[in-house]
Amino acid sequence: MTNIVVLVKQVPDTYSERKLSDSDHTLDRESADAVIDEINERSVEEALKIKEAGEGEVTVLSVGPDRATDAIRKALSMGADKAIHVSDESLHGSDMVATAKVIAAALGKVDSYDLVIAGNEASDGRGGAIPAMLAELLGVPQLTHARQVTVEGTSIKVDRETEDGITHVEASLPAVVSVTEKINEPRYPSFKGIMAAKKKPVETLTVADLGVDAGEVGLGSAWSTVLEASPKPPRTAGQRVEDEGDGGSKVAEYLVGQKLI
Amino acid sequence: MAEVLVLVDHVDGEVKKVTYELLTAARALGEPSAVVVGAPGTAGKVKDSLASYGAAKVYVAESDDANGYLVTPKVDALSAVAEQASPAAVLVAATSEGKEVAGRLAIRLGGGLLVDAVGINSDGSVDQSIFGGAFSVKAKAAKGTPVISVRPGGVEAEAADGAAAEETVSLPAVDAAKSAKITGVEPVVGGDRPELTEASIVVSGGRGVGSAEKFDVIEKLADSLGAAVGASRAAVDSGYYPAQFQVGQTGKTVSPQLYVALGISGAIQHRAGMQTSKTIVAVNKDAEAPIFEIADFGVVGDLFNVAPQLTDEVAKRKG
Repeated sequence: MTNIVVLVKQVPDTYSERKLSDSDHTLDRESADAVIDEINERSVEEALKIKEAGEGEVTVLSVGPDRATDAIRKALSMGADKAIHVSDESLHGSDMVATAKVIAAALGKVDSYDLVIAGNEASDGRGGAIPAMLAELLGVPQLTHARQVTVEGTSIKVDRETEDGITHVEASLPAVVSVTEKINEPRYPSFKGIMAAKKKPVETLTVADLGVDAGEVGLGSAWSTVLEASPKPPRTAGQRVEDEGDGGSKVAEYLVGQKLI
Repeated sequence: MAEVLVLVDHVDGEVKKVTYELLTAARALGEPSAVVVGAPGTAGKVKDSLASYGAAKVYVAESDDANGYLVTPKVDALSAVAEQASPAAVLVAATSEGKEVAGRLAIRLGGGLLVDAVGINSDGSVDQSIFGGAFSVKAKAAKGTPVISVRPGGVEAEAADGAAAEETVSLPAVDAAKSAKITGVEPVVGGDRPELTEASIVVSGGRGVGSAEKFDVIEKLADSLGAAVGASRAAVDSGYYPAQFQVGQTGKTVSPQLYVALGISGAIQHRAGMQTSKTIVAVNKDAEAPIFEIADFGVVGDLFNVAPQLTDEVAKRKG
């Protein structure tokens, strides 16, 4: 019996134009299409695979505004059993430290878990540290950037892949895992799955329900503050030439002129 | 002057370039102190090079367990030093592991976490470049010790003299129930090429390369320039080149001095990973390819004609 909690984040689609709001420099959620982060489909897939190999339950946990329910439903339609949605106005503008604390508190609302599975890095903030911070708060091992996960009884083995290469790590459960793009190919929700997802239980919790003080989260209480934010002037096209048999030499001349070679 | 802690990024005592960038960036805030975490004997190998980039102190946290567990020994070492030194900030490389070390340390110290900085200012604020370089942000820690991860290549390393006075730090015993044990390591076999995120020149190939065998043309140009090799998602998905070399939103973000894009159309996905490069050169058969919109120098032509000629020209100039 392996009980798994999958962390899911709704993010602005990387194929749309992403912006920060002018007023408080937080993410402008209205400007872009909102989707479940691609990496989280892989997190859900991995959780389902582990469940299907034995026995267990997969709970989706998402912290985000009301419309994050779309991301949650997507995960449920893939086959997760139930969900917890932490949604509270006071969370607006929370930084990574506050977010990690809220997720840790929300995990306290799950009956028991053996494994927490997250994506290695969200495509919007790209902080790449929430799973590690969560492990720190929960006092459990982190097995992050996994491209392969093997659960055997109460122990877990992971092949971690980063710019340093592959590191084989192992620990005992409970543990926090994060997965990379290479972990698996996520399944498409079936029509039956989509219909079933509509009836699956989603528990909505506020910060107060978690026993977290609203004064510890949100923009005003963040451990870090954005002072300024501005769109970068777009790069402009420079010189362009047609290759007339001397294209390589022309590039070389340009690079010499720029003192690059 | 306040101390600024810098976690030394190294592989078995071989210091990575980003460490010198961190030591340089640290000088904006105070006096850099290097923190070395590794197997016994590591500090002896790295001390001289740390001194030549201005490390006033070198905290040495050596133990057999240091390389035996994931991430936590580095967090233990930094938090132990931070408690005694009360630093103005702690700097870590914004690598996969570095970001995790920084995140955990911020939780442990109750510090403000600033991720992937591309510059550090003397008022304590940092510059960040987000959404694949589409937005510039200035941010600051609001409370606690700032814990800052700095993007490799974001700051240029400058040599400076440092005393590199050694101080020993004793690492607490690893709590195995709270850590993942490392049972094996397979380092990236990159040959003599520089690491993608550390390289000052990157030569990348895209769908236009056409096959895995033909990536040879990209590699030859890269080797003549002393560059790292990258690939677009299209090239990786087509099986032309291994995924660890993918540049883009879902791969690595690079900001080298020079980025050469060969047979890459320049989809927004790819641009997010390379548009902060200082200079961009593009070669593509399609005059309408979006890569030309951001290229400082573009050649409309066949990469199989242009790249080998460029390789020869570079070789000639090197003599």
